Order: sequence, then structure tokens, then C-alpha cells
Amino acid sequence: MYDVHTHRAETNVDDIKISANDVQVYYGDTHAIKDVSIEIEAKCVTAFIGPSGCGKSTFLRCLNRMNDTIDICRVEGQILLDEEDIYDKRVDPVQLRAKVGMVFQKPNPFPKSIYDNIAYGPRIHGLANSKADLDVIVEKSLRRGAIWDEVKDRLHAPGTGLSGGQQQRLCIARAVATEPEVLLMDEPCSALDPIATAQVEELIDELRQDYSVVIVTHSMQQAARVSQKTAFFHLGNLVEFGETGKIFTNPEDPRTESYITGRIG
Amino acid sequence: MPVFWLILIVLGLAAVGYIIGRQRALASAGGDSRHLHSLPSYYGSNVSIKVMVPAFFLMIVWLLAQPFVIEGRVSGMIPESEIREGSSASLLMAEVRRASEGLENAVAGGFMTDEEARNARADLSDVTQRLKDAGQVVTNTITQPILKAAQAHRAMVKSSNLYMSIAVIAIAVAGVFWGLAGAKADFRARNVVERSIRWLLVAAASIAILTTIGIVLSLIFNTVEFFRLYPASQFFFNPTWLPSFGGGIDADGNPLSKLGIIPLLWGTLYISLIALAVAVPIGLFAAIFLSEYAGPKTRAIAKPMLEVLAGIPTIVYGLFALLTVGPLLIGVFGDDGLGWMQAGTAVMTAGLVMGIMLIPFVSSLSDDIINAVPQAMRDGSYGLGATKSETIKQVVLPAALPGIVGAILLAASRAIGETMIVVLGAGAAARLSLNPFEAMTTVTAKIVSQLTGDADFASPEALVAFALGMTLFIITLGLNVFALYIVRKYREQYD
Amino acid sequence: MTDASIHSPASGGKSSLLALDARTKRRNAAEARFRMYGISAVAAGVFFLVVLLGAILSNGVGAFQQTFLTVEVYLDPAKLDKKGQRDIADIKKVSTFGYTPLVQQGLFDQIEANGIETPLAKRKDMKALISASAAAQVRDFVIANPDRIGDKVEFRVLTSSRVDGYLKGRVTRESVARDKNIKPVHLDLVDSFTDLGIIKKEFNWSFITGADASESRAEQAGMGVSILGSFFMTLVVLALALPIGVAASIYLEEFAPQNRFTDLIEVNISNLAAVPSIVFGILGLAVFIQFAHLPQSAPLVGGLVLTLMTLPTIIISTRASLKSVPPSIRDAALGIGASKMQAVFHHVLPLAMPGILTGTIIGLAQALGETAPLLLIGMVGYIATNYPEGIASGFMDPNSAMPAQIYEWAKRADPAYYERAWGGIIILLVFLLTMNIIAIILRRRFERRW
Repeated sequence: MYDVHTHRAETNVDDIKISANDVQVYYGDTHAIKDVSIEIEAKCVTAFIGPSGCGKSTFLRCLNRMNDTIDICRVEGQILLDEEDIYDKRVDPVQLRAKVGMVFQKPNPFPKSIYDNIAYGPRIHGLANSKADLDVIVEKSLRRGAIWDEVKDRLHAPGTGLSGGQQQRLCIARAVATEPEVLLMDEPCSALDPIATAQVEELIDELRQDYSVVIVTHSMQQAARVSQKTAFFHLGNLVEFGETGKIFTNPEDPRTESYITGRIG
Repeated sequence: MPVFWLILIVLGLAAVGYIIGRQRALASAGGDSRHLHSLPSYYGSNVSIKVMVPAFFLMIVWLLAQPFVIEGRVSGMIPESEIREGSSASLLMAEVRRASEGLENAVAGGFMTDEEARNARADLSDVTQRLKDAGQVVTNTITQPILKAAQAHRAMVKSSNLYMSIAVIAIAVAGVFWGLAGAKADFRARNVVERSIRWLLVAAASIAILTTIGIVLSLIFNTVEFFRLYPASQFFFNPTWLPSFGGGIDADGNPLSKLGIIPLLWGTLYISLIALAVAVPIGLFAAIFLSEYAGPKTRAIAKPMLEVLAGIPTIVYGLFALLTVGPLLIGVFGDDGLGWMQAGTAVMTAGLVMGIMLIPFVSSLSDDIINAVPQAMRDGSYGLGATKSETIKQVVLPAALPGIVGAILLAASRAIGETMIVVLGAGAAARLSLNPFEAMTTVTAKIVSQLTGDADFASPEALVAFALGMTLFIITLGLNVFALYIVRKYREQYD
Repeated sequence: MTDASIHSPASGGKSSLLALDARTKRRNAAEARFRMYGISAVAAGVFFLVVLLGAILSNGVGAFQQTFLTVEVYLDPAKLDKKGQRDIADIKKVSTFGYTPLVQQGLFDQIEANGIETPLAKRKDMKALISASAAAQVRDFVIANPDRIGDKVEFRVLTSSRVDGYLKGRVTRESVARDKNIKPVHLDLVDSFTDLGIIKKEFNWSFITGADASESRAEQAGMGVSILGSFFMTLVVLALALPIGVAASIYLEEFAPQNRFTDLIEVNISNLAAVPSIVFGILGLAVFIQFAHLPQSAPLVGGLVLTLMTLPTIIISTRASLKSVPPSIRDAALGIGASKMQAVFHHVLPLAMPGILTGTIIGLAQALGETAPLLLIGMVGYIATNYPEGIASGFMDPNSAMPAQIYEWAKRADPAYYERAWGGIIILLVFLLTMNIIAIILRRRFERRW
């Protein structure tokens, strides 16, 4: 087992949103995540980086129990959200996911109108009592998703008709609409062009004011641009976790250094 | 069996041609196959193809054309007076054909000499007696002119067969020489052979088109014939279906048979509706459960079990309807129970059983369609905290809706075209009623009963089956084309 | 929900994950209900299958057993060969009517010999017990062995279908009350004979091998001839549909250019696959019988019709197998200078063959179970009364097919025929099952995953 280099200096315990202890994930016989312990702060962007297949996406999906939808996947260890174990038997993943929203690699708007895409979450969670409430939520979410100006005139056009970057911002707005506390983003820009990427990155920076954001990315530049904390994963292990600036300028683990300088990956 | 021998002769010539062609080509290259353009076998095949294709083509055309030419000539010999009341020229022709075959068989069996069979002044009673001795079917409608026509028919068939044999063998032999002309080292035998094979493949693929043309033509010709004998307005708008046994017309010149399609269409639609009401919810929910909920083990057991239902022949379902479901329903809804049902055969019986038959059809089509909805769609929904059922109802099913509609239309087309279940389970009486426990009948059931009954083939009572078939074909074709279009559009969306 | 809650992102922030809120409980209940619908649907499907198979087995197994009675018949020369010359032509002149009394007498004698008490005092009363086929059976024996005339010969003959039904529980004392063919006193006699072992239920080979019988002789009817009809028909389908289907698929998958003609073929194939089978029957009737004057009711014509019907199925599955052979195989062959035709026939086709055969067998199984089109071209059940005399006759002479035979039996009035219809279904399903198992084995053994 490797040592994990975590730098804990100025973090206040009250700010810890998610705390994972000794998490193991198995896919059938494959041990995909090994002994990962990490603490994710509130109102902060945390980036997970690492080479392909290092387990960063798998670990991300553990944080809102999306792995439950995969039959052969098994999770051990403890993940606390606001000091409650999300893998406790009494926890309903549905309720959990309302608090921990997720945005996916490929924009996946539902084949419905833009309005219905946003309204979907609030409707199933009963966040609106009236059409007027819903209208307010939709507008607010689309504004927060930085896409309101582009779609306000065609709220009832299908969401699939938007451009890739717009679709992804729509998906972020959709996730925001359910009032989550944490937003998980799984390589949200990998299917987008540079301009759309810049727009989404800007949006992520804004979202930090209200949410705790965890982003998986394969782009180190992106991690450096948007995140305050960075975790480096390698072969299922969490190798190093700390302030983004420190990880990129002065990594402690030789593997982190090799990855950042481009020798592994 | 002269045709059989002819085929053997042509095949033999082809085989001989193959060997000679191969040897000639090899010889022209000095015995060294490396100097040939193609492999030696291609030179042989080249000869075989040139022997068989033209010869067999001629033979098929000849055999198809022969009856028309000969019967055209023979029918001129039968005086108009011979065509009796209630009969027709085509029936008489069939009589001639039968007598002609009888003569041929009697000669072959040694009951008659060729001389006697040809003798134009032969005594009718003597000939019929001999035919009977030879074990041939002889009807008492044979008259002197018919016998004469039969004798002429037989003579023409014999000479036509002879000419055909000569022509086919001649063309096959010519084919040998044509092919052997190509048995030279620089001849591109492989290209020629491959081009021929390609044409064979095209021909095989074209059979699909020919089948459709055959269906359309056989329906159209007979339907037109039917509408000549029976007014189309009566067929489409008369609300009664009551064929009279002998046919015929009443004092006003109207046909006695009432052949209105409306009650049949109503029965068809009613039964199909009940079948779909059974099959669609069960099939759809089964598909949803198997694709979204069931673990791999459950799926591995339940899916094949449902598919077994699809592999069971419809006659089995028919018997199940007639002998199991019908009596069961009578027990509940019959006179001993609720008193709604008179007999085991009813719309409900056929509809329920047909619904069972369609369950696997709906479920496997829906299963494919639901699986085609991208996983990303579901993840998006789960990521927002939706439950499985919310995801299915609000994301997966709306996304799959066009495909599912297509699947249901295909199932409807199946239900409308299904025959054996309704023949055995629905009853025979054509009725316009809303009571699902009454016996009704369908388009397909009447096609079977009108064409397997005793009705004369040229009568409107039999020909109506073709008009029914036409209606059936158009309805199902429309449904199929529409459904396939929808499903294809749907698949393109997610490809 | 208040306006304030909409604006605060942490609206649910203070609620614990560990306690389910009321809304989640409701949603989970809906989830459980929805799941139940799914389970019930699958269970309903499986239930129907079980009921169907149960009905087939429970009703059909009886057809494989038949009640026989052993009877000693005195081949009375005074009746069978009046001239005493043992001339076969004379013997043949005695019809089955001459034999019936002898058989009845044979059974009647058993009453006295065993001391059975019965109010049945006349020889003719035995008629209700013995199948009408018994006399013919004895007559056939006498014609084959004229020298046995004058002997007492033991025969194992069929009982009447009522007696058979009584032993199988289909006929009861209550049900014969209105039956003019048999009376309860006959059933008492049957009981005594059964105790003595004169009447016995045995395995009935002739149900599998026999021919159809007349409406009143249910006990004699068998599937044998219609099995042969189905066999010859399947041969025709195999011989035509496999090569044509493979050729058409090869053309469409490997050679066809993207043009209108190809589109036309594709559209035709997908539509023909969904055309009701009865329409193919109409096609067969109009084209093969009316137009081409092929013989009616011949398995050859049935085979042609079923070929056209199964071709789309076979083409669709064959194309799928050809498609599953990766393009790299074609490229490899073309790369070393093979022609396109050689690449297809030497490499692609052999690799696709297991899949093609699987599809073909499934298509054949579908054809084997098809009924409606056969009825239209005259292959109705009651025709299957004579065995074909050789191969050519097998293809050309009128015959029926298994499903048409079952249909014919299902239509007949005597409930004894229902049992045979169910039994016929068992035979049909055994054939289908065998074919499907072969297809599955083929797929398992030779399937390649690329």
C-alpha cells in the first residue's frame, strides 16, 4: 500500500462536505478502487485527475451511489455526507442523489423540451407547488447554468436540438434545478469544443459560490484553471491530494510528478 | 417422365462439357495450368453454364406457355352448345384436360393402344369403360365433342413435348460448342463464370419482388373477376354476410348470396382489439421488467420461456382456444355462470388466446427498442435522483415511444392476419355485435371457409375469398409499411 | 413550498439522509408497485406457457395409449370360402361385412367361457365394443394366409373409441346415457373383460405410424401419413429456401450496389416477412394450381408455398450472419488477389455457415407448424389416408401435413378425435423441439465471437 500525501493545513472541520474512509470498489473480481480516503470541502471545486482507467470516474460515481445501477459493482468502506454514511442501509439513493447531483461526460438531455428537461428534477422531487413555482425554478436554473439568454425564446423546443456546449450547460442547469448541495461532474467538457469548454469552465467557477463541486477531468490545464483542490489517482489508488497550486508546482509523490510532467498517462 | 429424362440429358451434357472444356483449356496451355488465365475448373464451369442456362430457360418458358397455346387451340374445337347451364368454359377445359390425361395414363397402363386413344370415331361408352378399367377418374359429363377435344389435346401435348425435347437438346448441344470456343488459355473464364454467378445471385434476390408481384397479380385478377360477378358496392357496404349454397340470383337479378365485408372486418377488428388489450400491457411490462429490473439470471430463464410461446404453431393456439379456453370461459360466463355466453367459440375466446400468442412478439420487439435507448439517458435521470420507475415512465418510455408504437402496429398486423386461432376459436357466424361473448368471424376465417368448401371455383362465393384476401393484404401492408417506417426512423435517431 | 425555499440552494440541507421523508416513501411505494406490474406481466406470460403445455400434455398423452381386445376368431370356411377352393379371388369377394359376425362371435363366446353374467344376450350386442377396423384386420390376415381358414386364430384388435374412452375416463356411465352407440350394460361387460385381461390399454404405435381414418373410427386414426407429408414438404423447403435464401443474402450483403433496385428488394423482403401466411396460401392457389396446373394437395406445392413464406425469415437471419463476419476477413482474401466472388465463397460463407444453418432450421420449424396456407392449396387432413408409394409419389400425390391433420381432427364431432388432436400436437412439438435444439447446439458449438 502506498502512502497518501494529503496536505491538511488550513481546512476547517466544519467545511468538510464529504468524507471518504478506506473506500474499496470491486467490479466483479477486479479491485478498481483501493483504500481511498479523502475529504471534500464545501463551496470549493475539487478536481480528480489521473490517467485513463485510474478509477477517478468510478470513485466519483460512488459519491452519489450511481454505481448501484451496475449489477457487478460492490463498494466497501465508508463515505460520509454531512457526517451521515451514504451507504447506510436506511439511505435511499434517490434521496441522496437529490442532494448530490451529477453531470455526465456526454451531454445527455432528455428527448423533451428545454423546459421539461429542467423541470424534470423539481417535478419528481416535488420542489414546486404550482406552475408559477416551476417557471421560477426553470428560469433561475437556466440563469445559473448561464444559458438563459440563449434559450429563453425557445423553452419548448427540444433539448436535443441545442449545440453540444449548450446541451452540456442545459444538463448542468438541470442538475442545479433540484437544489443539490454537491455537484459531481464526470469529464463535463470532454465532448465539447474549446469555446464551449471555456463557457462551461466559467460556469463551474461561478457554481463554487453555492455548491461543493467535484470534477473529474483528464485535462490538467482544466484542473489547474477551475479547481482549488486536486486529487491524483493512479491504478485505483489516491496518490496525492492537496491544494491545486501545490500539486501542480510541487508534488510530493514521484508518480504525481511523472504524470504532471507527462511521463505517465 | 420425359421432362425428368430431358433434365438428366441436359445435366449429362453439362457434365461432359465441363470435362472437355477443362481438358481443352489445359491442352491449349500445353498442359501447364500456370499459363491459363483462370483455374482450369473455371473453363469447365464456363461450358456447363452455357449448356444449362439457355436449355433450362427454354424448357421453363415452353412448359409455362404450352398449356395456353394448346388450350387456346382446343377450346376452338368445342361447340358453344357444350357449355351447359351453371358451367363455364374453364370448367369444361378442366374436363378436357382430365380426359386427356386419362387417355395418356390408360395407354401407359396398357389398357388401351395408342391407336385406340387416337381414333377419332371411337365409341364414347367403350372409351369411358376402358378408362374406368384403367382406374382413371371419369365423370359422366364426358360427351363426344369433349372426347374429341381430349384426343386432340393429347395429340398436341405429345407432339409439343417432342418438339420441346428436340429444341432443348439442340440448344444444349449448341451450348457445348459455344462454351468450348472459350476453352483457350487467354480466355477470361473466371470473369465470365463469376458474372454468371452474380446474375444467379441477382435472380435469387429478385424472387422477393416476384413473390410480391405474384401476390398482387393473383389477388387483382381474381378480385376483378369477382367484381364482375358481384357488385362492389354490395361487397363493401352490405352489412350482412350470408353466402347461399348454390349461388344464383333472385327474381330481380340480384345475387342470392349476401357477401358484405363489414361484419367480417368488424369481427377482425374486435378480436384484434381484445388480443392487443391482452398482449400490449403484458408484453410491454414484461419487456420493461426484463430489460430494466431483472438480474441476468432471471432474464436468462424468463426470456427464453416467453420466446417459447412465440415458437408454438398457431394451430396449437387454435386448439387451445377451442378445447381449453372456450370451455373455461363457458364455465364462468356461460349459462351456469353469468349467462353472457352461448358457446365456447366467441370473440373473447379467440381474442384472449391470440393475445397470449402476441405477448412474446410485443415483448421481444419492445425489449429491443427499450435497449436501444442510450444508457446516458437513464444515467441522467438517476443522477437527478429519479427512481427507476420514474426514469422508465418519464424518460425511457417517451424516448422509446415511436418504436413501441411501431411494435404495436406490427402486432396489430399479426393479429389481423392470424388465421388458425380464429378459424377454431371465434366461431363461423358473421355478426355485427358489441357483445364480446358472441361468436363472430373474421376475414381470414372466411377466406379459408370459402376456398376449402364445395363452392365452384368460378362462382362469386369462392372468388369473394380473393377480394377478402386483397382487403387483408392492403390493410396489413399499410400497417407494416407504416410500422417499419416508424421503427426505422426511431433506430436512426439513436445510431 | 415557499418562495424562500426555491432561492436557498440548501433547502433540504438540514434534513437527514438517514430518515426517509414522506415524499420519498410515496415514491418508493410507486416504485415497488411498478416493479410488481413488471413481475406480474412476466409471471402471466410464464403462467400461460405452463397452462398451455399442461393442457397439451394432460389432454394429449392419452392418444399414445389405445385399448385393444384379444379375441379368438373362428375363420369359418362356410362363410369365408363357400366354394372351398381356397381360391384367392373367391376369398377376396367376401367383404368386411362377412367378417364382422365372426369377430363379434369370437368375443361373444368369451362371455360364456368366462361365466360372465350380463343381460347382453345377442352376438350383435358386441358391436358396441369392437372397432369397425377389426373386420378389415381379420380379412387382411385371411387374404394373406388363406390356408388358415377353418382355424381358430387369436387376434389383437382395436376396441371401439367409446370403450377406449371409458378406460381413459373420457366416457362415463353418465355421459353414455344419451349415447346411442353404447349402453351402461356394455360398460359393465367391459369391466369384466378388463378384469380378465381380455381388454387392455397398451402403447399405440399406430397413432404415430398410421393413416387418418374415417370420422367414425377415431380409434384407428394416426399421424403417420401426414408426418410423411410434412417430411416431403420440408425437404422441398430445405432444397429451395436454403440455396435461394443464401444466394439472395450474399447478393444483398456483399454485391448489391446502393440503388433503387436494391432498395426495392429490401423493402419487399421486410414486407413479405410480415404478410399474413394465408395470403401466401392464396398466392399458391392462384399461381401454382390455377396458373401452372401443378397437382392439388401435393406436398411439392405445399413446399413451394412454404418456401416463399420462409424465404424472408431465412434471408434476414442469413444476412445477419454474413454481417457478423468482420470485414478484415474479406480484406485479407482480397489482399492476396482473390476475386470478390472467391473471397465471399471461400472465406465469408464458410465462416457464416453455422449462423445460416441455425436461421434455416428455425425457418423450417416455422414452416413445419404452418397450417393456413396448406388448407387453401388442398392439403387438408382427411386426404392423409394412403401412404405415398415411393419418392415421386411422396412429392406429387395428394397428402396432408401434421398441422392440417390436427386441424381436421379438431373439427370432427367425436370427442375421441380431440384427444388425437392433442396427441398430434405432442408429436408436432417434439419435431419442433428437436429442430430448435439442433439449432441451439449448432449455435453453441460453432458460434464465433469476433
